[in-house]
Amino acid sequence: MNLATSIIGIAAYLILAPLAGGLLAGIDRKISARMQGRFGPPVLQPFYDFFKLLEKEPITVNKVQDFYVMCFLIFIVITGCFFFAGGDLLLIIFTLTLASIFLVVAAFSSNSPYAQIGAERELLQMMAYEPMVLIMAVGFYLVNGSFNISDIVTSPVMAIQYLPGIFLGFVFILTIKLRKSPFDLSMSHHAHQELVKGLTTEFSGKTMAVIEIAHWYENIFLLGFVYLFFANALAWSPVLAVVVCLATYFLEILIDNNYARMKWQIAINASWIVAITLGFVNLLILYFIS
Amino acid sequence: MSYVTKSPWIIHYDGSSCNGCDIEVLACLTPMYDVERFGIINTGNPKHADIFLVTGSVNEQNINVVKQIYEQMPEPKVVVAIGICATSGGIFKECYNVMGGIDTVIPVDVYVPGCAARPEAIIDGVVKGLGVLAEKRAAMDQKPAAPAEAEEKEEA
Ligand code: SF4
Repeated sequence: MNLATSIIGIAAYLILAPLAGGLLAGIDRKISARMQGRFGPPVLQPFYDFFKLLEKEPITVNKVQDFYVMCFLIFIVITGCFFFAGGDLLLIIFTLTLASIFLVVAAFSSNSPYAQIGAERELLQMMAYEPMVLIMAVGFYLVNGSFNISDIVTSPVMAIQYLPGIFLGFVFILTIKLRKSPFDLSMSHHAHQELVKGLTTEFSGKTMAVIEIAHWYENIFLLGFVYLFFANALAWSPVLAVVVCLATYFLEILIDNNYARMKWQIAINASWIVAITLGFVNLLILYFIS
Repeated sequence: MSYVTKSPWIIHYDGSSCNGCDIEVLACLTPMYDVERFGIINTGNPKHADIFLVTGSVNEQNINVVKQIYEQMPEPKVVVAIGICATSGGIFKECYNVMGGIDTVIPVDVYVPGCAARPEAIIDGVVKGLGVLAEKRAAMDQKPAAPAEAEEKEEA
């Protein structure tokens, strides 16, 4: 991929990702409501929420927390830019981890017990999904001989043919990353209130708005990983990939509405077992047939 | 136009209610009434809330809780007193530990009488509260300098 397409990719991501992410969140809420037999909010509701949060009086526990939350947004956006510029998969995974750490540090810095439990659970969640994400990167390398996203999307083979197990494993941990039940331990968009609001308890007004928009940016490139499994040099593959992305998101909504929250032990055990059985075995098979 | 009226998030606190009004408040979230179609979310966090729904009267034990929740909510905020207990003390008014309605502790914007207040009446009260919320938001724009100065003084 040359410089021009990289720049177009970054610009499109910067402008379109929040719009698409917000819209996706709105559709999510609408579908969830319909699944529960309710009418549901307007599709543009997440944007109303976002602008409302900007209008509220700013209350912060301490100034440093806003700094960390801002860093969270910036590193999420940088991660997405690397992704849509066709950058290195490993670099993307590491900046994503760094971004998540900033959110955890922001929650810790508020000293609120609820936010701290939320932050601890967020760390546990990261422990849960991180192995699978790394296995995914290795899988792409074994198939394409490169960690570069620009090489993966232009390769002659479709990664899903060689990585079905890793794909399923990734969809599994996507539930954690998208903060859906049963693994929305650290914070959630629903009224589970045993932690008040977990990670985001102490963030209000503009700070909360920054977190919302960061999540929209994040969700878009998380679906981008799903896209990678299907995109290749064939002309029709991007269409298939986008359809699979939407289907995956629908599946996550379905799971979200069908499960209650589980304990963190189950979250870690389940995601590690999935990473080992689906992910690692897939890697082994790939290693022996190649 | 103010977005506050399009996305009012609610925090619900049970004072010394008999639970009758609480059940009616929660009934508003069910598929039957579904307040989420107005963008209303029931949040457990005062820092995210715009509307404070209180059921039941204030007594010696919860007076500080009510005050704290109110103080933690960022402006603009609206208080809706649900049920006759929250409005005036109602049937519990004569009790030795009851102070009376919510307005004996914090300013109340909308009163929803009834024992128990019906979900329709509660939704009506919240929608009335939205009007007050919009007014408060407009008032914030007119004199933004005053609170900022106060903040600076605190820091100094
Ligand atoms: S108004 Fe009636 S139903 Fe509501 S809390 Fe008081 S006694 Fe219970």
